[in-house]
Amino acid sequence: MRISSFGLGAALCALALAATSAQAAPDAGARQIAATCSACHGTNGFSVGGTPMLAGLNRAHFIKQMKDFKSGARPATVMHRHAAAYDDAEIEKLADYFASQKRR
Amino acid sequence: MAFKRRDFLKLAAAGAGAAALSACGAGGMTRAGKAHVVVVGGGFGGATTAKYLRMWGSGIEVTLIERNPNFISCPTSNLILGGTRTLAENTFGYDTLRDKYGIKILHAEVLAVDAAKQTVTTTSGVVHYDRLVLSPGIDFMYDSLPNLRDAAAQAQIPHAWKAGEQTVNLRKQLEAMRDGGVYVLSIPKAPYRCPPGPYERACQVAFYLKNHKPKSKVIVLDANPEITSKKGLFTKAWADLYPGIVDYRPNNEAQSVDVATRTIVTEFDKVKADVLNVVPPQKAGAVADHAGIVNIDGRWCGVDFLTYESTVHRNIHVIGDSIAAALPKSGHMANQTGKICAGAIVSLVNGDPVYKTPKFANTCYSFVSDKEAVNVAGVYRYDAEKKTMLGIKESAGVSNTASEIEGAYAFAWANNIWSDMLK
Repeated sequence: MRISSFGLGAALCALALAATSAQAAPDAGARQIAATCSACHGTNGFSVGGTPMLAGLNRAHFIKQMKDFKSGARPATVMHRHAAAYDDAEIEKLADYFASQKRR
Repeated sequence: MAFKRRDFLKLAAAGAGAAALSACGAGGMTRAGKAHVVVVGGGFGGATTAKYLRMWGSGIEVTLIERNPNFISCPTSNLILGGTRTLAENTFGYDTLRDKYGIKILHAEVLAVDAAKQTVTTTSGVVHYDRLVLSPGIDFMYDSLPNLRDAAAQAQIPHAWKAGEQTVNLRKQLEAMRDGGVYVLSIPKAPYRCPPGPYERACQVAFYLKNHKPKSKVIVLDANPEITSKKGLFTKAWADLYPGIVDYRPNNEAQSVDVATRTIVTEFDKVKADVLNVVPPQKAGAVADHAGIVNIDGRWCGVDFLTYESTVHRNIHVIGDSIAAALPKSGHMANQTGKICAGAIVSLVNGDPVYKTPKFANTCYSFVSDKEAVNVAGVYRYDAEKKTMLGIKESAGVSNTASEIEGAYAFAWANNIWSDMLK
C-alpha cells in the first residue's frame, strides 16, 4: 500500500537526517515557514486527525502534492489556494523540514 | 491553581539577574542569561506564543498570565446556538502547557503595565519581564450604546462574542422563545473579531429555528454596506437552506437599544425582538491600554511586522486581534502572528538577526448548517518596502460551494489548531 511505503521511506530519511543534523543549527526560516502549516496539520506536521500527517512525509511526495495542488492536477477545497502562494524553493524547504520530523 | 507570592519573588529575582547581565550582552539579554518572557492572554495568540517560545527558545522562561481558568474557543461556538455542540466541548485546560512545556501559568487579572520598569502588576502580585507579549484580544466599545455596558443589561441582551456564559445564555433565550418569535442580530462596522462570524451565527440560529420553531424569523441588522466575508456563500445558504427565515438588512448600524423591551433602533429601522443579540463595536483588549500601546485610531496597536513589537514600546510585543493590520481578526491569524513573534523573540534573545521574509496563512471555516461548511483562505507575505503584511492575490478565495466534506475539514482545523496552541 502506498501509505506504508511512504512511512518506511520517511523513517529512513528521518534517521539519515538525525545523524547529519545533530550539530547543525536548525534553519530558522524553514522552521518558521513550516509553522504556518501546523495550524491545520498539527505542530511540526503531527496532525491530530482529519488532515494529512506531514511529519515524516517523503520529500518527493510532498513536493509533487504541492505542485499538483498548484497546477490543479490534484483537486482540493483549500490547498490549491495555499499552494499557489509558495515558490519551488519554499516548497522544497518545507519538504525537507517535514521529512526530517520523525514519526513517533 | 496556587502560584505563590514567593514564586513571583523568585521570578522577579531571575528577571533582575537577566537585566543585570544585559549590560554585557547584545539585545538586552545574553545567551547564558535566562530571559523571562511574560505572555498576557491565553487565547489563540498568547497560548501559541508561549508554547513556541518554549519549543524554540532553549532556556527562555515563560510565564503565561490568563484571567480565565480555561480556554473557551470562539470558533465552532456558533454551533452551540444551533444546538449541535456544547460549551464543554469547546473548553480546554492549560495543564499541558504547564506540565509538558514548563510554562508558568498564572491565573490573574492584569491591572497595570510599567514599560519603564518592565513589570506587570496583577491581582496576584507583580511580575518582572525582559520581554512582554500581549495577546489581549478585543474589548467592546459602549460609547454609542451606553446602556449595554452593565452585566444586567448583557444578561438581557447578550453579545455572546466571547464564547462562554453569554453563549449559553443566548442559547437558552432561543430555546425559550415562542414559535413565530423574532431573533435580531446587530453587527458592528468592520473591523471586528471574526469577519464571517455574524453570518455563520445567522445560519446557526436559522438552522435551530427551521427545525424547532419554523414560524420564527432571523433579522440581521448589519452596520456594514454588505456582508463582509463569504458574501455569495452566505447569501446562497440563506436562500437555499433557510428560505423565508433570514431577513438581511445592510447599512443598519445600532443607534440605541431599549433593554427592557429588547427594542433596537437604527437609522432606518426600529425592531422589537424576542431575542436580541447586539455585537458592539470593538477595540484592542484593555491590557493594551494598560501598556499604553493603543496608537492607531484610538482602538488598535501599531506593530513592527517582523517582530510584533509595539511601535510605542520596543520590548512589548502585541499579536492577534489587537493589532492594526490588513489581516482578518481571526484565531488562525493570532496563531500565525504568535509564531512569527515567538521566532523573533528567540532571535532577539540570542542576538541573532530576525527572520526577514515572514509569510503566513489564514484559513477560516463557517458552518452554514449542522454539517456543511465553507472556507475563506489566503496567504500573506511581508512587503519590505511597505513594512506590512500583504495578501498574495493567487491564494485568496472562498469555497465553490458549501459541503459536508468541508464540515469535516472545519472540525479537523479546529482540533489541530487547539492542539497546536495547547498540547
